[in-house]
Amino acid sequence: MSETVQVTSSEAPPHPLQEFWHYFSQNAGAVVGLVFICVIVVVAVLADVLAPHPPFEQYRDALLVPPFWQDGGSTRFLLGTDDVGRDILSRLMYGARLSLLIGAMVVTLSLAVGILLGLVAGYFRGATEAIIMRIMDVMLALPSLLLAIAIVAILGPSLFNAAIAIAIVVLPHYVRLTRAAAISEVGKDYVTASRVAGAGRLRIMFITILPNCMAPLIVQATLGFSSAILDAAALGFLGLGAQPPTPEWGSMLANALQFLQRAWWVVTFPGLAILLTVLAFNLMGDGLRDALDPKMKV
Amino acid sequence: MLQFLLKRLALVIPAFFGVTILTFALIHLIPGDPVLLMAGERGIDPERHAELRREMGLDRPMVVQYLHYIGGVFQGDLGKSLISKKPVMEEFLTLFPATIELSLCAMIFAVTIGLPAGILAAVKRGTVFDHSVMAVSLTGYSMPIFWWGLLLILLFSVQLGWTPVSGRISALYWVDTVTGFMLIDSLLSNEAGAFTSAVRHLILPSIVLGTIPLAVIARMTRSATLEVLREDYIRTARAKGLSPMRVIGLHALRNALIPVVTVIGLQVGVLLAGAILTETIFAWPGVGKWLVESIGRRDYPAVQGGILLVATVVILVNLVVDLLYGVINPRIRHTR
Repeated sequence: MSETVQVTSSEAPPHPLQEFWHYFSQNAGAVVGLVFICVIVVVAVLADVLAPHPPFEQYRDALLVPPFWQDGGSTRFLLGTDDVGRDILSRLMYGARLSLLIGAMVVTLSLAVGILLGLVAGYFRGATEAIIMRIMDVMLALPSLLLAIAIVAILGPSLFNAAIAIAIVVLPHYVRLTRAAAISEVGKDYVTASRVAGAGRLRIMFITILPNCMAPLIVQATLGFSSAILDAAALGFLGLGAQPPTPEWGSMLANALQFLQRAWWVVTFPGLAILLTVLAFNLMGDGLRDALDPKMKV
Repeated sequence: MLQFLLKRLALVIPAFFGVTILTFALIHLIPGDPVLLMAGERGIDPERHAELRREMGLDRPMVVQYLHYIGGVFQGDLGKSLISKKPVMEEFLTLFPATIELSLCAMIFAVTIGLPAGILAAVKRGTVFDHSVMAVSLTGYSMPIFWWGLLLILLFSVQLGWTPVSGRISALYWVDTVTGFMLIDSLLSNEAGAFTSAVRHLILPSIVLGTIPLAVIARMTRSATLEVLREDYIRTARAKGLSPMRVIGLHALRNALIPVVTVIGLQVGVLLAGAILTETIFAWPGVGKWLVESIGRRDYPAVQGGILLVATVVILVNLVVDLLYGVINPRIRHTR
């Protein structure tokens, strides 16, 4: 008679995603951030349906109308109107599109180029690595907004150019992270095994090594989203990003200074939108870091 | 130490040349002919056009132009502003003290609040105080500072009327420029009330500019202190019966401060970049506002020179911070 060992299902390790969600959901702030981001995404996607007014429509009979709860406000314009009679709520909703678009563009661009350069540097080492990393050092030596301004000055002010400028500015972070992760992976046995099995360079770099370097990159990409939104808004505010009448949050504030005394709502709401969105991405980034990579915990 | 110094210098030199290449490229990568751009909408006759091109050296090969540019840079010649016709270097130097003054005050604000808040949060870990410090600093870190500035103006200048909206000093006072630092100059001027006016003008911009460094310093101080409080020598100090003040103030803080000093140093770059926004909001006559205006006016030599000079300052400050770090922390010196 031989005894059989029963392996109960509870002893099996949970699916990685399940494990991740377990840690992530313990962080209340991160969950709040995630929910807020989902709301913003829905608003951005459905802006055409949700927005009560078209973003460029100027109601000449309703200049600088206050929000509905103030004297003189009406539920026709929930958050009031700006100096040429455009509905602020609608512009904010369309603005969410632009901010998320910029974030996505910047993160995709910088992630793609950063991973490529970082992997090349970490895999080949030597002179290639030295050249790539020295260039990144130079870029890191400059304050990011200043570098972005310089690049926009070259390319000319527009939303698209601002996104490119920001993507270039944040590139060094991704390159450094990928390189560091790649270097620590390259020497491990599974990479050697893959090489012995005859895998080519590209396969080793992108299929064997890269997936194991992703954790810090995902965290950085989330945090990169928030800094991209913030920098794009700053450039828009300075008149170097989105150009009027684009309903971008930063450029909506560009000439708000003159309304400070008369119309606080023109100044307050676009900034609040920026703050809350950036905060949500930062909260989620912190949660991701704790859940994905305990080593990076500050 | 010498080896450490040389190694750091070896990093600074390529960084500087990288910046010169960037600023040099600035003029040449702008789509279109720089001469036509500078001439503006009125246009320019072909003779004067060719003359200007020759004058600016644009008809020569790129490499020669770059070497010429670098040669000028090393002699402090950054060209002349197209608008004011004054040398860019001179304009920068007259405006720079205003930016330094603002940045210094912002840093003092950030350190005097961020450091104690971070230490207290670590000591009282898990309490309401700790959570509030962390929440406030995360919010500060996520703050679009140009909007933060507008809000503070709205509250303190417009609603309460406590602080002035813009500028460095009230127009009622005429203060001669001696040092370029308004706080010192207004004291030297012997005019009653001038100094108070200068201080009142400084408060809001300093708070706005100091907000992000404050958040970063508070977070960093907290985590560094927490790390140190776990060490064995802290337990030993406690076991010896030392007072909590002594354990934290003397034993813990010394080691906790090492990473904090680095972070403070790294914030200098953040400050100079933030000054671009802060100065624009508060009409602060410093380098940042001048840069933004120069971009708007297409004053390319000013933009080129301004970016080069600001970047050089940041690189030098980072170098000094690194060296100081080596002085504070002997481990760095010896391991490299």
